[in-house]
Amino acid sequence: MIRVVLPAHLRNLARVDGELKVNVAGPTTQASVLDALEAGYPMLRGTIRDQVTHKRRAFIRFYACEEDLSNEAPDAPLPEAVATGAEPFLVIGAIAGG
Amino acid sequence: MSGVRVLVGTHKGAFVITSDAKRKQWDISGPHFTGWDVYHVKASPVDPNRIYAAQNTGWFGQIIQRSEDGGKTWNPVGNKFAYEGATGDHLWYDGTPRPWEFKRVWHLEPSLTDPDVVYAGVEDAALFRSTDGGQNWEELPALRQHETAPKWAPGAGGMCLHTILLDKKHPDRIFIAISSAGVFKSEDAGKTWRPANQGLHSEGIPDPNAEVGHCVHRIAMHPSRPDTLFMQKHWDVMRTDNAGESWTEVSGNLPSDFGFPIEVHPHEPNTIYVIPIKSDSEHVPPDGKLRVYRSRTGGNEWEALTNGLPQSNCFVNVLRDASAIDTLESPGIYFGTTGGQVYASADAGDSWAPIVRDLPAVYSVEVQTLR
Repeated sequence: MIRVVLPAHLRNLARVDGELKVNVAGPTTQASVLDALEAGYPMLRGTIRDQVTHKRRAFIRFYACEEDLSNEAPDAPLPEAVATGAEPFLVIGAIAGG
Repeated sequence: MSGVRVLVGTHKGAFVITSDAKRKQWDISGPHFTGWDVYHVKASPVDPNRIYAAQNTGWFGQIIQRSEDGGKTWNPVGNKFAYEGATGDHLWYDGTPRPWEFKRVWHLEPSLTDPDVVYAGVEDAALFRSTDGGQNWEELPALRQHETAPKWAPGAGGMCLHTILLDKKHPDRIFIAISSAGVFKSEDAGKTWRPANQGLHSEGIPDPNAEVGHCVHRIAMHPSRPDTLFMQKHWDVMRTDNAGESWTEVSGNLPSDFGFPIEVHPHEPNTIYVIPIKSDSEHVPPDGKLRVYRSRTGGNEWEALTNGLPQSNCFVNVLRDASAIDTLESPGIYFGTTGGQVYASADAGDSWAPIVRDLPAVYSVEVQTLR
């Protein structure tokens, strides 16, 4: 089970409270976690990454284990602690504005 | 019992406001989708309980919501707006070519006959259609692929397709307007398009009489006279009586012919309304007076409607989709401001009162007449 933490607006959209848990088949990567997330919560499609190109939206970041993984390759393995469920995969709405 | 339902899109969510036919007491529900930009909310004229809403943010992109119970509850539907085929380039502000890129939905136009069919006007300018209640969206690509499209350029608000006019008498006819390309017309349900800007004159473009490039802010039509259209252009209020083949100016005695919305009286096809704004560089009402102007002659001769509207120190704007008119016997007119007020008149504009004063900046106002 992968633990995923969403920003408040996406929790509201998906109608969930707190962390989500998703099952990932195969290697645990950004792409496989997001695939599983969008399969379970189709209303999130397009809100984190582009639906066609799968490019991360500009103001979204991915953190885990106190690391910014936003610019890692989508198919790169996530930290073991994320894969085992010890640590969550954090989807962050970047702090922006003035 | 008859009544009205006013649908308001704002900078921080949507509001559903209802009243009986007297339109004196209002019940306000919302915000829905709190914190999101809601560019437009519009109901199906066939199924009044079905309402579509377009919400977006820069963080999370575009969402389309649908209600089946008159705006009490909502569910997200499809939000995949993918241009069909090669996207091509349009002009950027600096004159360089720039590929089309989807940014947001500006306007939703439900079909006049089928509650499952709805059109979406988007930025960068294109027209999409859903035939399954918003679950799936397909572009009508001929518009974006028009031979003039490489010359289209964004207005200050972006290159948006903001107006879609459907016509029950001519089911295959569609008018759309793009800032700042102008008006385009299809007579075959969107398979082919041609510009409909003859007679427009815009000083801010290299050829003031160009076939495309005009910053049209809004067009409006009375369903009983579909060949007559009224336009609020960036500057100039215009009129056509031959379905867009040629336009003539009807600004007449307006204090400013800059503005955004334009409406047609539901029972008097020659009575129209505009809300003048001082200029494109200032975007405030002339003299700090918020005035609706009514013409009972289809333009040229205008009277100011001020009763109940602030006549001093008012410096709000009224955006292009932020007015609407109901179809009760004494029609109600509604408009929202960037200051968060929604004003209503239950007597065709003779007197006004605020429904609500302190919403987020209002982007859009629509009204349903419920019988």
